[in-house]
Amino acid sequence: MHDSHTTAGHAASGHGHGGHGHGGHGDAKHAPVPQRVFILVWVALLVLTAVTVAASVGFPGRVGIGVAMIVTPIKAALILMWFMHLKYEKPVFKFMFLSAMVVLAIVMGLTFFDYSFLGEGGYGRSI
Amino acid sequence: MSAVSKPMEAQAAHHEHRDDEGSKTGMWLFLFTEVLLFGGLFIIYAVYRHRFGTEFHEAAHELNKVMGVTNTFVLLTSSLTMVLSVGALQRRQVAASLRWLWVTFGLACCFLVIKFFEWSAKHHHGIWPGGEHLHSMPSGEGLFYNLYFMMTGLHGIHVLIGMVVMAVVAARISSGHINGDRFGALEYTGLYWHLVDLVWIFLLPLFYLTN
Repeated sequence: MHDSHTTAGHAASGHGHGGHGHGGHGDAKHAPVPQRVFILVWVALLVLTAVTVAASVGFPGRVGIGVAMIVTPIKAALILMWFMHLKYEKPVFKFMFLSAMVVLAIVMGLTFFDYSFLGEGGYGRSI
Repeated sequence: MSAVSKPMEAQAAHHEHRDDEGSKTGMWLFLFTEVLLFGGLFIIYAVYRHRFGTEFHEAAHELNKVMGVTNTFVLLTSSLTMVLSVGALQRRQVAASLRWLWVTFGLACCFLVIKFFEWSAKHHHGIWPGGEHLHSMPSGEGLFYNLYFMMTGLHGIHVLIGMVVMAVVAARISSGHINGDRFGALEYTGLYWHLVDLVWIFLLPLFYLTN
């Protein structure tokens, strides 16, 4: 993890260089991200997966689930930021992504709010 | 966004109307619909897991953890090779780009083969939507398996579609239609492929690591 953060710092300076830019051009057309950055992200993803699996096998139950709930979003963020290039995109793409997440969070929130008032059995009453 | 403001003079010379930013925006919007599609299924999963906690745990014991984790490594690696393919084409290394793309295709194939054996084993035990054993299970366990087949099945279809798109893109790189100057199609295929990977890393703890 620490490694990939250091790399992130380097890569971010690359962004600062190319991305003066709120005004203009597709950032993807600028100097491509060094391939070794992707390899480091991949190593981090494998390690995090191993951690999740080890936690679920070694500490079944709350600890295993808790680790998965913390580590899985971190893995998702690594894929989004580096593999999907979101880190280097213009703010509008980040805003779009956040909006989609907010919509999902609202739908989830409303569902659970509704569910919590259904009483015994919830949506499973008829099953 | 006008094409004139693009840094690449080559395209201006061809008087080609092209809006990379627009294409990329479109691709991301499509990906959001995918997120909401799978998100809906995750909500169903969460609600029923809350209702049938014990049954979900019992049912999850039957799933093959080794296969699930192996497939995670396969898919994460395929995401790496995909991004290496895009990076190579940006550097105009066409041969390397094609090689990484076909490796990605091979890993996707590998994922589906493992999935095939996994599903076959379940089918053999009558655990299959509409199967006898699945019907005779306590309702919570039956739900777990129906959700498992629904979600991994939908994900599998996405993998299959990804493979078709990769083959088409590889052919168009070979013919020079997709190249170091216009690699959008490869880049967006990559975005789609990473989303498929992203969905899987959430499926892993929900189904395989639930005990």
